[in-house]
Amino acid sequence: MMTIIVNMLEMCISFSVALLLASIGEMFNQRAGVFNLGCEGIMSLGAFFGMLVVYFAEKAGYYSGWFNFLGFLLAAVVGALLGLFFGLIVVTFRAPQGIAGIGFQMFGVGLAGTLFRYYVGGVQNIKGVTATGIPGLRNIPVIGQIFFSHSVVVYLAYLTVPIAWYILFKTPWGLKVRAVGTHPRASDSMGINVNKIRYEALALGGAFAGIAGAYLSLAQAHLFNDTIISGRGFIAVALVYFGHWHPYQILGGAMLFTLAQTFQAQVQSSGIAFPYEFAVMLPYILVIVVLAFTSKNNKMSPSALGKPFNREQRV
Amino acid sequence: MNCKIKSMLKKNVSHYPKQEENEGITSLTMEGITKRFPGLLALNNVNIEIGKGEILALVGENGAGKTTLMNVLMGLYQADEGRITVNGKEIKFKGPEDAFKIGIGMVHQQYMLVPNLTVAENIALGMKNAHKLYKVDMQAVRKKIDEVSEKYGLVVNPDAYIYQISVGEQQRVELVKTLCLGAKFLILDEPTSALTPQETDELIKLLLTMKDKLSIIFISHKLAEVKALSNKVVILRHGEVVFKGNTADYSASEIASKMTGHEVELPQNTEEDMHGEVALDVKNISVLSDRGAMALNGLNLCIHSGEIVGLAGVSGNGQRELAEAINGLRRVESGTIELFGQEIQNTSVHSVIERGMGYIPEERNIEGIVPPFSIKENYILKDSDNEVYSKKGLFINAKQVQKNAEKLVKEFDVRTSSIELSAGSLSGGNIQKVILAREMTRNPKFLISVYPTRGLDLGAIEFIHKKLLEKRRNGVGILLISEELDEIMSLSDKIAVIYKGRIQKILRREEATRAKLGMLMAGVNDEQ
Repeated sequence: MMTIIVNMLEMCISFSVALLLASIGEMFNQRAGVFNLGCEGIMSLGAFFGMLVVYFAEKAGYYSGWFNFLGFLLAAVVGALLGLFFGLIVVTFRAPQGIAGIGFQMFGVGLAGTLFRYYVGGVQNIKGVTATGIPGLRNIPVIGQIFFSHSVVVYLAYLTVPIAWYILFKTPWGLKVRAVGTHPRASDSMGINVNKIRYEALALGGAFAGIAGAYLSLAQAHLFNDTIISGRGFIAVALVYFGHWHPYQILGGAMLFTLAQTFQAQVQSSGIAFPYEFAVMLPYILVIVVLAFTSKNNKMSPSALGKPFNREQRV
Repeated sequence: MNCKIKSMLKKNVSHYPKQEENEGITSLTMEGITKRFPGLLALNNVNIEIGKGEILALVGENGAGKTTLMNVLMGLYQADEGRITVNGKEIKFKGPEDAFKIGIGMVHQQYMLVPNLTVAENIALGMKNAHKLYKVDMQAVRKKIDEVSEKYGLVVNPDAYIYQISVGEQQRVELVKTLCLGAKFLILDEPTSALTPQETDELIKLLLTMKDKLSIIFISHKLAEVKALSNKVVILRHGEVVFKGNTADYSASEIASKMTGHEVELPQNTEEDMHGEVALDVKNISVLSDRGAMALNGLNLCIHSGEIVGLAGVSGNGQRELAEAINGLRRVESGTIELFGQEIQNTSVHSVIERGMGYIPEERNIEGIVPPFSIKENYILKDSDNEVYSKKGLFINAKQVQKNAEKLVKEFDVRTSSIELSAGSLSGGNIQKVILAREMTRNPKFLISVYPTRGLDLGAIEFIHKKLLEKRRNGVGILLISEELDEIMSLSDKIAVIYKGRIQKILRREEATRAKLGMLMAGVNDEQ
């Protein structure tokens, strides 16, 4: 029993990373007033490009750990560019964000699959990031396994939570992001370029989603396939609501969701006589239930979420 | 690298006092300004000029183009034609930041404050010199707020969130914000429209003390304020300047008639009692507010056909809940509401409408119309399945809808270029006329009218008052809920005063005085 719990907690910490990064990125999008349902598509392309760098390096025979870094970097750049492209659609051309996002998701997942077939062909295992843990600390019983057995990427990912908090609540840019997502007209009247801030937030959010995708292919699955994201991009969007657009609450949401997921994985692998279909459903039901019952106090929410800004439109 | 950043920051800081020393604006002119919106000529060749230390009142009815003109001056809208000169030099503003730079600041009618930021954060948003590379220098922001607060006697709490503070306080925050950004020239767009009478008096006093330190353009259609504050007045009508002059040379009623284009005299209810039957009988009802507190606590009210009962009271004493309970929009916990002898409490909204209830709701943009729908569609919201407008209840009869709209727009004087335009694009007064037309031409047997003239100009008020009296003459019972005592006293047959969810007292028109009503509204009842 004890080992099951320890395993669950250990998995929970490393498996939350992709969700956590994607939802922190999505939080910046939504705080600026744009919700990007295309997150799933960006993650998919991030996962592909991250994997591709390492795959080529291994194929050419001079692979080293630095290529993982390069993979993450390329995924971030691709993600940021895709974020800007999404901005062109919904900020400049003011397309309805929900529809554009769904289209973007299909575009991303489809393009990643196509490129994968062209450049790689079939599923290939790659070396990727290995969980080296923290020397010394990782040997502490129980605690060592849960907290100190992960790869350096995991720790860096958790570090983005306080950093995101600082950016959002302490820097001028964060202040502007919060303002344009809630009252763009007021922000405009204060001389803030609403669309520019939204583009910037979308680029940042896209970079986060790209890295999140690359984490899955490089550090978690060590391979790429068409269904590698399997809905995590959508869960990330839901987690942002769940966490009330606040980094720490989003962290809590990501952990809770992942815990439910690792629970179902353990149930399946431990052979308990329990219909696994229900166990698989559990995390998603949990999200729906919590979303339905969390406080509807929306005083602090970005109330211009989903609405394009047009200065000369009379309201 | 580090050094470079530091020098950049320094540059930024040293730039700021320059703005402060800026001696401000000695003259500002706008010449030949023309601005078109789709289907609307909002401004047509408008000329205004302001010298140093002047307070100019920009007066006009709703939709006359006052706000549009000021948005052009701020660079929020680009004019199609015309030029703006400051101190004799032509300038082009691409956006409000250019206007700030030379010291023009605007307080918008709808406050430009972000509700989920604190007061200090809202001000920090525009203070570019507090935007350091890694963080917002909140200390500098607070210092500036203190400075301005002290200089102009404006007190604000920098740590409160905007959504937590009252409208009057928000107004103060707007002023502080604009002054913190270095404004030497203030544009105030209907600064009193959302304020209570006490808050209005305070603001006027404040602005009078600020007069010597600033130039002000002041948009209003409340003539008492115009007289009290301004030394020059410019009147706009339908996007054109129709009058310019010194405020002191003209009386309020002269300005009013120039504004509306005709003599204005608000109608009075001087009719005889019609001895109508009991129309609405509210018996001992209790209703909860949104927060679950007791909003109406055993309220009784009886209204006859052919009479107007004005409901006076400080807002928040149950007026909204009463209107909603009668219209089936809010659950009645106990007691009964009878409309012509039939109980209607806790039935559906539809059945209340079917029994002849007309409703002019408080929030005209939220409850009164569907803003993105066209004007003609808004006219038939309650009748879309009526045989007149739909064939067998399945297909809309476009011709009838069109005909109806053309008739109502004319009859109720809605100023619009087309009945196809979205109702939300109309000005407040015109939206109210659309609602009025829909509710009144459905031949209601009873009418509830909640704050019908809030925020409207004299011309629109006159029109609405006349229509209400006309309905009364036709034998319709009317419940008029209003916060304007003048409105209640000039229209009502009886005045009921509501206080903490109960009717304090019902006075006949002849017995009611402002003083008596004021006492009752404050909860003082001499008979108790």
